[in-house]
Amino acid sequence: MAPAAPRTGDAVFASVERVNAELFTLTYGAIVRQLLTDLEEVDEVNKQLDQMGYNIGVRLIDEFLAKSNISRCVDFKETAEVIAKVGFKIFLGVTATVTNWDAEGTSCSLVLEENPLVDFVELPDTCQGLYYCNILSGVIRGALEMVSMKTEVTWVRDILHGDDACELRVKLVKQIPEEYPYKDDD
Amino acid sequence: MAAIYNLFIINKSGGLIFYKDYGSAGRMDTNDSLRLASLWHSLHAISQQLSPTVECFGIELLQADTFDLHCFQSLTGTKFFVVCEPGAQHMESLLKVIYELYTDYVLKNPFYEMEMPIRCELFDIHLSQAVQKDRVVLLGR
Repeated sequence: MAPAAPRTGDAVFASVERVNAELFTLTYGAIVRQLLTDLEEVDEVNKQLDQMGYNIGVRLIDEFLAKSNISRCVDFKETAEVIAKVGFKIFLGVTATVTNWDAEGTSCSLVLEENPLVDFVELPDTCQGLYYCNILSGVIRGALEMVSMKTEVTWVRDILHGDDACELRVKLVKQIPEEYPYKDDD
Repeated sequence: MAAIYNLFIINKSGGLIFYKDYGSAGRMDTNDSLRLASLWHSLHAISQQLSPTVECFGIELLQADTFDLHCFQSLTGTKFFVVCEPGAQHMESLLKVIYELYTDYVLKNPFYEMEMPIRCELFDIHLSQAVQKDRVVLLGR
């Protein structure tokens, strides 16, 4: 029998190799800063961060599945919980809370009380439209796409914009069926 | 070392992205390995459709007189399978280990293109270590 899937990422987090959090935060800051210099437009930077996150997400998902021993989720609610409690823990060292479900159970909010990415960051007036952590939304979108879920991920609250927490809205757009496209019968 | 004959990794569309043979038995040329990989991909898909039980995710073990074939499919659709001596033990855990090595040394290599054939030296090195000490390490897991 398969072992029961863990509901927290603590064990995996403890066993994987880690780097100094400050090194991570500063490296990410340097990347964002460089993108701002290269692309000049804040909107372009948002897009680029999202794309970078997506590219990470489509690869990261396999590591997540391999190391966490998570089995298939029965519904999107379970998926959201797993992302918040296991996924964020393994890769960011923090956990998120899942709230604000809509009636259909297809969209919810992931609330991050702490976010190591923004530790030393203050947004200047010229960058007010910047979603500094937009890479995270890309990662989630990319990772879920690889397990047959098309999602839209947007920022609702951001510590850097003066809110008390970071809130990501994850909306399940559609579930791509896993069956092979057998077109013979049509 | 004689326990495992060959190892295959196929991407989600059925293309062979990695093949390696061990020892002398069951060795095959490039064309044969490609053919076998796509055949297994289709067979695996058909088995899901034919299965009388719901929630079937395809063949995990095929037993024949002269070999066993163990298959592991990740939730992202990549399949890993080994052909080995009949009755060889701990193949499921070996496949899990190979999956972890794939995520570490293939997917994290920024120069690896997704879904393309795997040419990563680090992966080869760690893979042969894992396969060589499989019986020793995996027995203790």
